[in-house]
Formats: sequence, structure tokens, C-alpha cells
Amino acid sequence: MSKENQEIQKDFNAYVIGFSLSIILTIIPLVLVLYGMLDKTMLIIAILLAASLQFLVQIYYFMHLKENKNRGYILITLAVGIIIAVTVVGGSAWVMNF
Amino acid sequence: MLESIKTFAADFFVTGDPLIYGADVSILLVTIAVIFVLTYFKKWNWLWREWLTTVDHKKIGIMYLIASLLMMFRGGVDALLMRTQLAFPNADFLPSDKYNEIFTTHGTIMILFMAMPLMFALFNMVVPLQIGARDVAYPFLNAVSFWAFFFGAMLFNLSFVIGGSPDAGWLSYAPLSEVQFSEGPGQNFYIWGIQISGIGSLASGINFLVTILKMRAPGMKLMKMPLFSWSVLSSCIIIIFAFPILTVTLGLLFVDRFFGASFFTLDGGGNPMYYINLIWMWGHPEVYLVVLPAFGVFSEVVSTFSKKKIFGYKSMVFALLSISLLSFFTWVHHFFTMADYKVDAFFAITTMAIAIPTGVKVFNWMFTMFRGRIQMKPPMLWTLAFIPTFLVGGMTGVMLAVAPADFQYHNSYFLIAHFHQVLIGGVVFGFFSGIYYWWPKIFGFTLNEKLGLWAFWLWNIGFYSTFMPQYALGFMGMPRRSSTYGWDMGWWPLNFVSTIGAFLMGAGFIFQVWQIIYSVRQGKKDTTGDPWDGRTLEWSIPSPPPEYNFAVIPTVEQQDDFWYKKQQGKSMKPTKYKSIHMPKNSGIPFIMGSFWFIAGFGLTFEWVWLGIIGLIGVAVSIVARHLQKERDYYIPAEEVEKTEASIGGAR
Repeated sequence: MSKENQEIQKDFNAYVIGFSLSIILTIIPLVLVLYGMLDKTMLIIAILLAASLQFLVQIYYFMHLKENKNRGYILITLAVGIIIAVTVVGGSAWVMNF
Repeated sequence: MLESIKTFAADFFVTGDPLIYGADVSILLVTIAVIFVLTYFKKWNWLWREWLTTVDHKKIGIMYLIASLLMMFRGGVDALLMRTQLAFPNADFLPSDKYNEIFTTHGTIMILFMAMPLMFALFNMVVPLQIGARDVAYPFLNAVSFWAFFFGAMLFNLSFVIGGSPDAGWLSYAPLSEVQFSEGPGQNFYIWGIQISGIGSLASGINFLVTILKMRAPGMKLMKMPLFSWSVLSSCIIIIFAFPILTVTLGLLFVDRFFGASFFTLDGGGNPMYYINLIWMWGHPEVYLVVLPAFGVFSEVVSTFSKKKIFGYKSMVFALLSISLLSFFTWVHHFFTMADYKVDAFFAITTMAIAIPTGVKVFNWMFTMFRGRIQMKPPMLWTLAFIPTFLVGGMTGVMLAVAPADFQYHNSYFLIAHFHQVLIGGVVFGFFSGIYYWWPKIFGFTLNEKLGLWAFWLWNIGFYSTFMPQYALGFMGMPRRSSTYGWDMGWWPLNFVSTIGAFLMGAGFIFQVWQIIYSVRQGKKDTTGDPWDGRTLEWSIPSPPPEYNFAVIPTVEQQDDFWYKKQQGKSMKPTKYKSIHMPKNSGIPFIMGSFWFIAGFGLTFEWVWLGIIGLIGVAVSIVARHLQKERDYYIPAEEVEKTEASIGGAR
């Protein structure tokens, strides 16, 4: 196997692992809600936890964070993404709770 | 048997309205005519080889342009129908349910199926040429984007004659758009038409972002890049972050309607206000992302026709980027009456803050013109019309941003006049300016200026007489979306003037179609490749450009590189050619789009089996692409040399 092929294989494995982890982290809250396994506060905490874990999984496995080549682009994109995500989530919570 | 077919047909096709029968007949006639012409002239093969399977960004741009002009016609007819109904009090030209459908389709079509594709038409036609690239970063994905948009738009338009149009407004506010209140397939057409074309928009956003970041000619640092490309970059940033919100929102609405969930209904613990909150998180950035490329067009046009370098290049870039970030912080101003006063105060201020970078841009355009040698060519005329129109539109926007005052005039005709003024005055005038500007580059001939002048004045006079009265009507209390009004309201004279204006704009559009048809036959050929004495790289190659754009990729030294090389008499003509690596045409994007259409159609009528067939088709198309071996080819150096010699080559 050539070096390039190895790289592709490594990328591919990372995508498969990330994809499976994301699906598992989506199924957990779904099951918790469907079968009413926790009380309300715990349920909200569990959903938020699964969501943040999935965020980290996707960042780690899909976003090529470890690549040194395009550090600048990655950092800027990540920063803007986080700003927008915080605005969407936090802003909605602020707007809808009064 | 016959009976059941009859009942099915009565449900399936929209019946009972002469307008719709007229549409049925004209759709049938046009289809027959198209099939006849293609068969008679033996053009089917040509159509498939040259257009339906193309991955060439220039051809995809032309297809976007044609599709968006057709959609402008459809949306414009909707507008004229509404204005005809409102020309007189107590008119019964359109019953209120038809009126609801027509304002819904007018809004959705004009924003999502006219403004967006017209914007992508300019992206495709200009960006790779302007940054010195041979194509976009992902040519195949580009074709997928186009066909997703095209089939999404067709699905949406089908609702007019089959199943019934959506009628819950252009943003389909819940709970009106929920299954309890909008049962029929109309609302499903809305969801799937937009979801499918939304895939295309998101993919285009990513495609052009990567193209601009990765494919610039050597030496073209970001801060030497032409401003149109900068505006595309900022617009793509907004697309990438905003469109997922739309997808999720409409996805949740679909889950509500199809699976009986209650995200946006009160009875199951949801809240309709969540929908309004989410849809505007996409909706506000959306209107900025369509206007930013128009700003880019003005920057190019003003600089070219004033024969001056753009004033304040760095501040222009800064303004574009800050608008694209700020656009995510203003969404609540669409529903001030829903939120708390503290929230209102914050969003009123962020909204007003947008006026600062926009103002910077307007001043920069003015300073560029100041002491320039201004040439009154068609693109410049539209730019000059834009400045005062957008200025007034922007200032009424600041008026609407004042939260306490907004409580008085929100959802009145004042608002209607405001957003048409920024969308027509900004986006439409901007894209017209861009089309007139780059037309000779893409098609190889210039458009007739006299007919263009008629269109220009009809559009402008029509625009002002349509929308200025509507500001007054808003202050007189006329609510938006009202299908009729009484004599005693005193709204008749202004409404009548407004209707006349709308028809003048319609006449302007007809002049533009005439202008195009006339110029195809009689237009002046552009043999130089540089008809306007341009400044940026796209003018250094022949018009229309060969399929590989640049025989040799130019090396850039400064901003407006081509202009300075012209001044110094330096030739950009290459002496040595190399073979060129090109992507191969592929039928997969078109086929995938057709399967999306089938899937969307099935889900619209809740025929799950058809939906699944369509989705399987989409999956198979993706796998088929993955297994495809021969995706590219080389144009040999000798052939490049031959082509360059026959078309004149770079200057």
C-alpha cells in the first residue's frame, strides 16, 4: 500500500468512526425520551450532554483539526462557527424566555 | 374504475379556475413546442451533450440565468395579478384564497427561485474568470447544485396546476402551516421544493468558498482580489452558516406534519414562536447574502466606468465581512412585538449598526465616482439608479428598526414598500447591472443599448410609482396581505397609482426580453474580449472564453492587475502552451436531480413508496459517481494553441 493510499484509508476510518459515534449519540437521547427513562431535569442534562459530545466528535473526526497545513483557516472557521452556534442556541433561549 | 379515476383527477389537478386552465393549456403548448423544435432540428443529442451533462461553470451559469429569468416572469405575473386585484376597492378578480396562494408563491419564488439563482448565475459566470481559475473547485458538485435547484424549483411551480399552491405566506409561519390548518399538498410542495433546492444552495456556497480560497491565480493575495470575488466570499460564509438552519426548521415542520409531532403546536408542548424564531435566523442572513454580491457588482462597475481604482478597498473588504457576521445578530427585528423590551433594545441597536458598514460602502462608491471620468454605459446607469433607491430603502429600514415605532407600522404596507425598495433597488438593480456588465464576456456580443435604456426608465419610473404610494398606504393603516378593501378607507387613489407602476415594471421586463432576443440576432460582436476597457482578469481573455478559460494561468502582481499591465503596454499573451487538465461531462447530476424530483413529489403527496424509490435513486446516483473511473481528460497543448490562434487569444 502506498503512502497516499494509507492516508486515504486513515481518513476513511476516521469518518466511519465519527459517523457511528454520532449515530450512537443521537440514539441515546431518543431512547431516553421515548421510554421516559429519566425525570425532566436529568433528561435535559442528558440531551445537552449527548449534544455537546456529538459536537466534539464531529469536530475531532470530520474537521481535520490535527492537520498542520491550514491552521489559520481552521481556527477562523471554528471561531466563526462557535460564535454562530452560541448565538443561535443562546439567542433563542434568551428570546424565547421572558 | 372510471369513477375512481375521475375523483382522483379532481383531487390531483387544480380545477375550477380559468387562470389555471389557461396555465394548463400554455404549459402543454410550450412542452409540445419545445419537444417539436428539438426533434425537428435534431437537437436532443446536442441538448444532452452540451447542456444537461455539462460541468463547465460558464454553461451552468447560463442555465441559472435562463431559469431565474423564467422564474422572474412567473413571480412577476403573480405580482401583477395581485396589483390588478388591488387596483379597485371591493374587486373580485381574485377570491381571497387564491390571493393567499399568489402572495405566497410570489414571495417564495422571487427570493428563493429568482434572486438566489440569479446570484448563482453571476457567481458561476464571473468568479473563476475573475480569479484566474479554469473552473470551480468542484465542477461535478456545481452541476449537482444546479440540478437540485432546478428540480426543486420545478417541484414548487408544479403546485400551481397539480395539488394546489401553498398559501401560508412566503415563510410559512406555524401554526398556519401545520397540518391542522393547511392540510393539502400545497404546504408539502413548499417544504420539499425548498429543501431540494436548498441542498443546491448549500453545496454552491461551499464550492465557491473553496474556489476563492484555493484556486486564485499565483500572486493574487486575498487583499489583491477583485471586490466582486470578495463579496461572493462573504456571501458564501453566510450561506454556509445560515442554510443549515433553514434545513432543520423545515425538517422539523415536516416531522410535525408527517409524523404528528408538535415542535410548533401548542397542544403537545411545542410553541409556534420557535418556528418564527428559527426561520428568521435563516431569513435575515438570507436577504443579506443576496444583496452582498450586488454590492460587489457595484464596486466593479463603479471602478470600471469611472476609470479609477476603487476608493477605500480595505474598508470595502472590512465592510463586507462585518455585514456577513452582523447579519446573524439581527433576526429578532422581524418580530419585535413577540419579544421582551430588553431583547428588542438589543436587536434594534444591532440592526441600526448594519447601517454603518453599508454607509461606508455607499460613501466609497461616491468617492470613487468623484472626479472620475464617468461613462454612462448600461451597467453604470443601473448603479446610479441603485444608490438613491437603496439609500431610501435603507433609511426606512432604520425607521423600522426603532422598536417602539415598529409596533405601529409592522406588517403594514410601509414594510412592504421598505423591503421591495431594498430588494428591487439593491438586489435586482445590482444583478441587472452585473448581467449587462458581464453579458459580452459570457455570450460574445453586447446588448442593444437603446432598448436597454427603455427598460431602464420603465423599471425606474415603474418602481417609484409602485412603492412610494405604498409607504403612504402603510401610514394610512393598510395591512399587508389584505386581498381587498372598501371605498370608505380612502386607499383607492394610491393603490391605483401603485398598480400602474407595477405594470410599467412589467413593461420594462418585456423590453429586456426583447433586448436579449434582438441582440442575439443583431448584437455587436465583441472581438476584443475587453469591451468596457476593464480592470480585472476576466477581460484579459477572449469573449466568450474557451472552455478552459485561461490557456496559461496568469501571474498577478497587484490589485486591478490587467489594467496596469494594459497601461504599461505589457502583453499577457502566452508564448508556450501546456496540455490542460479538464473535468469530463457527466449525466449523473441531471439524473440525480430527477430522482430528487421524484422523491419530493412522492413525499409531497405522501405516497411513501414513490418517495422511497426517488431516494434510492439519489443514493444509487451517488454510488455510481463514486465508482466512475474516467472523470477527467487532458486537452493537448497543440489543440490549445490552435484554439487560441483561431479566437485571438489573450491580449
